[in-house]
Amino acid sequence: MDTLLQQIVNGFVQGSVYAMVALGYTMVYGILGLINFAHGEVVMVGAMVAMSVIHLLIGSGLPPLLVLLISLIISMVVCMALGYGIERIAYRPLRNAPRLAPLITAIGVSMVLQNLAMMFWGREYHAFPSLLPNNSHRLSGAIITEVQILIVLIALGMMGGLLLLMHRTRLGRAMRAVAENPSAAVLMGVNINGVIAITFMLGSALAAVAGIMISANYGIVHYYMGSILGLKAFTAAVLGGIGNMRGAMVGGLLLGLIESLGAGYIGDLSGGFFGSHYQDVFAFFVLISVLIFRPSGLLGERVAERA
Amino acid sequence: MRNVLKHLSSKDKRGAWIAFVMLAIVLLVLPFFTDALFGRGWVRIMDFALLYIMLALGLNIVVGYAGLLDLGYIAFFAVGAYCYALLGSPQLGLHLPFWIVLPLGALLACIFGVLLGAPTLRLRGDYLAIVTLGFGEIIRIFLNNLNAPINITNGPQGISMIDPIRFGEFSLGKTHELFGLTFPSVHLHYYLFLLFTLLVIFISLRLEDSRIGRAWMAIREDEVAAEAMGINTRNIKLLAFAMGATFGGLAGGLFAGFQGFVSPESFGLTESITVLCMVVLGGMGNISGVLLGGILLVVLPEALRHGSGPAQQLLFGKTLIDPESLRMLLFGLALITVMLWRPAGLWPSNQRRRELVAENDAAHL
Repeated sequence: MDTLLQQIVNGFVQGSVYAMVALGYTMVYGILGLINFAHGEVVMVGAMVAMSVIHLLIGSGLPPLLVLLISLIISMVVCMALGYGIERIAYRPLRNAPRLAPLITAIGVSMVLQNLAMMFWGREYHAFPSLLPNNSHRLSGAIITEVQILIVLIALGMMGGLLLLMHRTRLGRAMRAVAENPSAAVLMGVNINGVIAITFMLGSALAAVAGIMISANYGIVHYYMGSILGLKAFTAAVLGGIGNMRGAMVGGLLLGLIESLGAGYIGDLSGGFFGSHYQDVFAFFVLISVLIFRPSGLLGERVAERA
Repeated sequence: MRNVLKHLSSKDKRGAWIAFVMLAIVLLVLPFFTDALFGRGWVRIMDFALLYIMLALGLNIVVGYAGLLDLGYIAFFAVGAYCYALLGSPQLGLHLPFWIVLPLGALLACIFGVLLGAPTLRLRGDYLAIVTLGFGEIIRIFLNNLNAPINITNGPQGISMIDPIRFGEFSLGKTHELFGLTFPSVHLHYYLFLLFTLLVIFISLRLEDSRIGRAWMAIREDEVAAEAMGINTRNIKLLAFAMGATFGGLAGGLFAGFQGFVSPESFGLTESITVLCMVVLGGMGNISGVLLGGILLVVLPEALRHGSGPAQQLLFGKTLIDPESLRMLLFGLALITVMLWRPAGLWPSNQRRRELVAENDAAHL
């Protein structure tokens, strides 16, 4: 019983990170109808930049919370610039090209980012400095750290804010209009290029926060962390119904729970044949199953249309 | 090919034959020439180049002809290689002959391709890209972890002492004396791989002009229109995917027999991207372009490996960037630049060229 509760707590924390990254995928998909393959690398860059800033400021005697806030802001700004750059270089020139072209440039961007990060920060695993007091609380048998509580709270707050932005502001309305019908949106006076750029920047800012959260939770940063995280977050977006923001949130949390419960119990279920190192496999089977049985996802309204 | 020859006059036809014979002679003496001039290491590199060209030709069917982005193509290579390694090494104590294991590996890769393609090919192309990406990672996770509790793949250490490719008593793993010439193992592999590469080229060429090939290209250009023309798009796409996987499995089996050792290390995402890069850089859907891309992307990184270290020593006094990450960085940049400025690749196919000309003519009207 204790393990069950513990796995649920872990899954929820992990899931809120997935949800944040999945939002980036789903927002871009909703507007442009393409998968931003480089999104996972943006998460990685966010974590790396934050780590560097923290290392730079940690000796300056500033209060830890302020250091964390500064690093958060800097890494969000860097990632937003990165997101804008990716859109400008890899996607905008190819908006009317065949579908294959932007997919290939996105792969190229992702390779470039990954290898630049490797040259800059090295191949090794870095320890992510822990700034917050790592007190843990017992929750009827399960252990939850303060960092984890903070992660869930920040994730919920940012998702709530995003929903408000989408449904209560002019910008949100413009974004939904472009997603619905780009040419009609142009006729209504929406600046499409601006809206798309802002979408990429918003998604990248969320990615930066997610990158910091996941590294603070595990305590390590690595140049390769982006690709598998991106794959899982994409799975979360598909699970919830790609293009649907609430779907991304639900899908992220659900995938986190599936993964952590699966990894916790697969050993017992398979008689010890499979161990918890198969954790990464679950996301893939979830993805395949969703594509077979419900391609539009849990909350998706439309069946995915053909190219 | 035959159609082209038919249209040539008898004089041109003789010219074509002479060129053909010259090319054949060059390809036949190439390993000896390279061996004498650059050393045996480069013959080995040529062998790998042929394997990569086979892979690139296989991926060309999927990406170039049918326009389906496969980002985990190396997984099929891994399936073929591990099939050969498991059935022909002391790992499981099996030593099945080459001519059973190789087709089996190709068949297994084909089955994996169908299993993977069937659920995803009903949907848009992007899903296929990400599912194949995931599949590539999953295969690696399984290969890495299937050593406990029952040791099947020997985990990260990989499988070694794989049987060499052997025809009856004639083993390609040893040096042989034939017709008064000495054929070392790498030379023999070169000829075998050349034979298989030519076979794959031949199949690709015949497919390109066939009903199936035209159906693939129709799907690539406009899937809805292709379906309206009566093409069963799902099955035809599945066929492309399965065929690409088969070639991948074939190359994988040859790789295992040649190398004598396989480990999950050799089947990462970077390898998938390398093969994709060959296809995209050379020219999607054009066999000569893919050949060019394959040769370039095997030879240039080797030159980079030998050249970039000393060059950096000279410039900065130490090695700042290791050649491996520089290689992948350049591959990424190549993918972006080619797509932005030369989407048809360095050597575009005739059809693409015709399309571009037709568009220009239309613009002038």
